[in-house]
Amino acid sequence: MDYKMSLTPGQQAILDGKEGEIKALIMQTLVRFGDIFGAKKLVPVTHKDGHLVTSFGIGLLKPLFRTMDRIIAEGVTAQGKLTVDPRPVDYDNVKCNPLEKLVFDKILYSQQQRYEEQLKKVGLKDDNAFTCTCYLDEVGNIPKEGDILSWAESSAVVYANSVLGARCNRNSGMLDLFGSIIGYVPEFGLLTDEGRKATWIVKVVTTKVPEAQILGSAIGMKVMEDVPYVVGLDRFLGNKLNDDVKGYLKDFGAATASNGAVGLYHIDGLTPEAKKYGKSLIVPDAKEYVVDDAELERVCQSYPNMWKKPNAKPTQCFIGCPHLTYKQLCDWTDNIVKGLEANKKKKVAIRTILCASPDVADKFRATEGYQKLIKTGAKLTSICPLMYTNNPLTKGKAIATNSNKLRTYSVSRYYKTADLLDIITGKEGN
Amino acid sequence: MAKTFFGRVISGGNWTGEAVVSRQGVNTLATFQKSALKNAKEVIVSDQNNPDIFGKNITGKALCLPITIGSTTGGLVIQTICGMGINPAAFLFSEHIDSLAASGIVLANVWENSKVIAIDKLGKEFLETVRTGDKLEIKEDGSVTIL
Repeated sequence: MDYKMSLTPGQQAILDGKEGEIKALIMQTLVRFGDIFGAKKLVPVTHKDGHLVTSFGIGLLKPLFRTMDRIIAEGVTAQGKLTVDPRPVDYDNVKCNPLEKLVFDKILYSQQQRYEEQLKKVGLKDDNAFTCTCYLDEVGNIPKEGDILSWAESSAVVYANSVLGARCNRNSGMLDLFGSIIGYVPEFGLLTDEGRKATWIVKVVTTKVPEAQILGSAIGMKVMEDVPYVVGLDRFLGNKLNDDVKGYLKDFGAATASNGAVGLYHIDGLTPEAKKYGKSLIVPDAKEYVVDDAELERVCQSYPNMWKKPNAKPTQCFIGCPHLTYKQLCDWTDNIVKGLEANKKKKVAIRTILCASPDVADKFRATEGYQKLIKTGAKLTSICPLMYTNNPLTKGKAIATNSNKLRTYSVSRYYKTADLLDIITGKEGN
Repeated sequence: MAKTFFGRVISGGNWTGEAVVSRQGVNTLATFQKSALKNAKEVIVSDQNNPDIFGKNITGKALCLPITIGSTTGGLVIQTICGMGINPAAFLFSEHIDSLAASGIVLANVWENSKVIAIDKLGKEFLETVRTGDKLEIKEDGSVTIL
């Protein structure tokens, strides 16, 4: 094949098939991909543990299963351990009727078991590896500042780049695995100092802390795939990456990435590179976007209501897309319990499902908080709510969420966190 | 009067057919997921947030767009729809192709032997000029003519 980038003799040998046909095809894919972006070379993946976006055995993903079979047949594996996005179903905690189960098991996710076996053979970390928040302490796939990654999952990539200061492009499913196998990725975009410069200044001039999911959505829709430098947010969040702030930035980033294509943001006075380099990260001719209370409201009102019966009352809600942090899980539990007490109720008013990684959920299940949560009738699961809402039978349900990502990829309706809490706890008028 | 634009060839080919135009970023997963899940014979766009193309059939058409956005499953989704043979015949990007679409095109070429056409950097004026339903002529050298 013709290519422009410069390869080391070892990389060239892989491309020439000296390490087998599959590795040659994988290398060909990485080199062609890098050439499109003018990458001059491949650089080593320094954080070997990968994160894959594809966790679901959807029968139609035949190219995926076929490729995995070919990789396994040649005995090829990832160089580190792999975490993967959440599983699609959990019948113990997210009840489904027999027809829904039939659709999930026989049609939608008919290849789930086969795919999980394939994942184990190429390097899956363990049975708890299924989460979109692999970077949390409880899960432990945590890159250091400056590490080069071969990850996918838009919310994990934007978190790793922005909050951890690691370097990762918005890789696609398959490319995430390919870089983890070969141990190299093309050097371009967010892997370079130049690519990490901000081309937008976002001025947050709201009167109170903005809803993370709406602010992220507004910025994502505005800057698309560019890098924003956000000023004025540290007034509300402070200058330390504590548990509350990390949870906020996780949700904010997921919305920037799913409502736009943001792979990196800088928060003035807060995120590692903004703290280190300050406004020198902003290019001279950067565009400007001012976010005030009215702009957030305008963005929120622009979300379409895709329910079959637009005026229906919600009957079910998902919280935790991306998966909740341990602190968020504790806070939601406290707020639901307190809200029910205030409204003189004992049980949640709608079916309420909280989502967290298996490791976070296991930690929480060992606490008194879990007993309190379960007593309210709410459920805790580790599935991907988006995978659940893929079932065409859920389309007629009035599902509510405070996740902008879930809203984007399903017919779920977005509610602000405080409004959703009122609905869950049966506050009058909701 | 015919107008010709020149872009960079990512995956070349000669083709004549109809344009479908999105002036905003195309969310790949949201666009294709419904049709792919239904094992449909054609892609009817299911992205509720994209009024330009929502509900339109894009199989065998030239999808004109700035870039793709959204979930990092995007590349695998493009590979899959190309493998299923229900893909747009061409992806015509006004801007530099994004990393997810680029992955999808390369995966489709290398692993599915797909002949899907992809041309990027066609320019802002291209996207401002082309309209859904226009007849386009694409040539291997990266030229796109609105007939």
